[in-house]
Amino acid sequence: MTVMIDTGNYIAAKAAVMARPAVVPAYPITPQTTLVEGIANYVKTGEFKGEYICVESEHSAMCACIGASAAGVRTFTGTSSHGLLLMHEMLHWAALARLPIVMCNINRVIGPGWNIWTDENDSISQRDTGWIQFYCSSNQEIFDTVIQSFKLAENKKVLLPVMINYNAFILSHTSMPVYIPEQKEIDDFLQKYKPQWKLDVNNPITFGNIILPVDYEKIRKDMQNSQENAKKLIPEIAKEWKKKFGRYHGDLIEEYKCDGADHILLAMGAIGAESKVSINNLRKEGLKIGLARVRTFRPFPNEEILKLGKQADLIVIDRNISIGSEGALFSEVKASLYGKSDTKVHGFIAGLGGKDVTYNDIETICRKVVEGKAKDCEWYGFEGGGK
Amino acid sequence: MAIKNLPVEECMIPGSAACPGCPATMALRIVFKALGKNTIMVVPACCTAVIESLYPNTSFDVPVMNIAFEAAAAGASGVEAALRQQGKGDTTVVAGAGDGGTYDIGIQALSGALERQTNFIYICYNNQIYSNTGIQRSGATPYAAWTTTTVGGKTEFRKEMGEIIQAHHIPYAAQACVSYPEDLYNKLKKAKSIKGPKYLEIMAPCPPGWRFGMEKTVDMGIMAVETGAWALYECENDVVTFNGKSKLILEEKIQRKPIEEWIKQQGRFGHLFKPKKDVTRIKTIEDHTDQIWKRYRKKYL
Ligand SMILES: Cc1ncc(C[n+]2csc(CCOP(=O)(O)OP(=O)(O)O)c2C)c(N)n1
Ligand code: SF4
Ligand SMILES: [Mg+2]
Repeated sequence: MTVMIDTGNYIAAKAAVMARPAVVPAYPITPQTTLVEGIANYVKTGEFKGEYICVESEHSAMCACIGASAAGVRTFTGTSSHGLLLMHEMLHWAALARLPIVMCNINRVIGPGWNIWTDENDSISQRDTGWIQFYCSSNQEIFDTVIQSFKLAENKKVLLPVMINYNAFILSHTSMPVYIPEQKEIDDFLQKYKPQWKLDVNNPITFGNIILPVDYEKIRKDMQNSQENAKKLIPEIAKEWKKKFGRYHGDLIEEYKCDGADHILLAMGAIGAESKVSINNLRKEGLKIGLARVRTFRPFPNEEILKLGKQADLIVIDRNISIGSEGALFSEVKASLYGKSDTKVHGFIAGLGGKDVTYNDIETICRKVVEGKAKDCEWYGFEGGGK
Repeated sequence: MAIKNLPVEECMIPGSAACPGCPATMALRIVFKALGKNTIMVVPACCTAVIESLYPNTSFDVPVMNIAFEAAAAGASGVEAALRQQGKGDTTVVAGAGDGGTYDIGIQALSGALERQTNFIYICYNNQIYSNTGIQRSGATPYAAWTTTTVGGKTEFRKEMGEIIQAHHIPYAAQACVSYPEDLYNKLKKAKSIKGPKYLEIMAPCPPGWRFGMEKTVDMGIMAVETGAWALYECENDVVTFNGKSKLILEEKIQRKPIEEWIKQQGRFGHLFKPKKDVTRIKTIEDHTDQIWKRYRKKYL
């Protein structure tokens, strides 16, 4: 074990290379660039022995991942924002083709206007593609989740691609100390990739041809079952990691000081980490408040949230919005409770366009709810006037 | 290679869902004969994705990966890299796309793969339309041709994909036609023997798309070559060599037949002949074809 002090992107590059993918097709976009530059550098140093394909677009990056994965090898890529949106068609394709591709997405604002700061609308708008989605809150979690994701994706009960999301700059460009296991330990944890199926000249099969409704429906159902299987496997893999390496970031959610709480805050990504500071401060003030940081948006942790909803009122912060509706996490949290708990849920939209969401802001949000002054759903700190 | 000496093995097996007289099926038969069973094929959205037949059946006896419309070359790049990583670099990776997937929506991915020197064969079977979706125009549709989106006849000339490909300076590129299977076979064999990116475009007259009888596919291809509407050539390391009738036309040993003889047999040009002969547009087509050959002579003689 060594300690590497580096940015989220370089840590992700390190993790990706230690997982020994055979093919990494990638295309640069701020703020993902240092991730792919990191991998390109490992090609030069010889630490990455696979093939790095400099494709001409993110669409082609995902197509090449699909081709390589279908031909039987482990693949990895990374992107962000417009790059992720350009991949959209192929994200569906990768999931429907049941290919265990692993990708980092650095959560960045969508234009116009051009804005490279963080919000989650890029990945939230991919939620129905069939990809498993993690949201990380530290560089250590990025490293650990990348390795764990290969194990999860390649499990024959899952066989779905995995997207590891982390915030632009807040994590992608911020250095933190990260424990890096020895390569041998990673190899023990993550065995050599053995595909369940592949393009094989000795067994010529046509993949993805015209399919009738009755068979297509079976694929969709199987994908849904596989996401359900992932709900069980994510905690198992996290526990195995903890046993081997002593680190643990939670299962589908990470609970923090939820015992005895009458209010529980839910958030994803870096806001989840920032919230711990707020919770500590509010607890000191005597508020009975806890945090549930949502780590996986797909599969969605319905059961865990219902359990929390039976215990406490819920406060949800979304760094995204489904325009014409509300924050995505807010919607899904309420759906998890529907008919089973009538706990109050308050939604806040905060930090869009990369606006800072500090622990002070989070405390203000929580106090407002506890004091009974919050509406059902509101924009926090909106500076545009009007409603 | 005489036609009777072509390998008897068939990877185009019964069960195809193609139209009768389909040029794509004829081309694929020769493609598989030339490339053999140690081949993996990548197919984007196009007629081939239908010709393959319905899941769980297939009419192809090589592994096939279907991919999105614009994605054949990028998908093939991934397959090729993965095979090499597994020590299977001897397997031929072939992308088989239509003219729409090549000239239009897929040109970016194709250009990228050629620039990257991807070791694969990109085959475009050119039926000069989007036929899968019901006969819409493509960048390969010729001037004045009717399609469902160029109802009065296309107002632009087709792209010269061959010259676009040549600008990538790849080791091998060629143009062939389904009507000349031996020539097609030989070009495929050569492509297979060369490392790096190879591009092969096959003229593929499509009976329902061009509006001619299904028994006339071969004739229609021969006419395309003899009228100079299509050229047979190879381009090896930037050296272009015309062959067959196209060579004779290039060297002016024979005159190309008037395009009119070719187009008057196709319903898609029907409006140029009925109710009244459209002399102006027919002349435009002839003049444009002459210009193309003039340019060819300047560049390649
Ligand atoms: C992104 C996208 N846009 C449009 C389509 C619809 N589409 C499928 S095949 C096709 C035309 C294919 O034309 P071509 O490549 O010439 O092949 P052909 O059908 O002639 O064999 C179109 C427009 C699609 N599948 N994907
Ligand atoms: S439309 Fe043309 S190319 Fe397509 S299957 Fe029919 S004959 Fe073949
Ligand atoms: Mg076509």
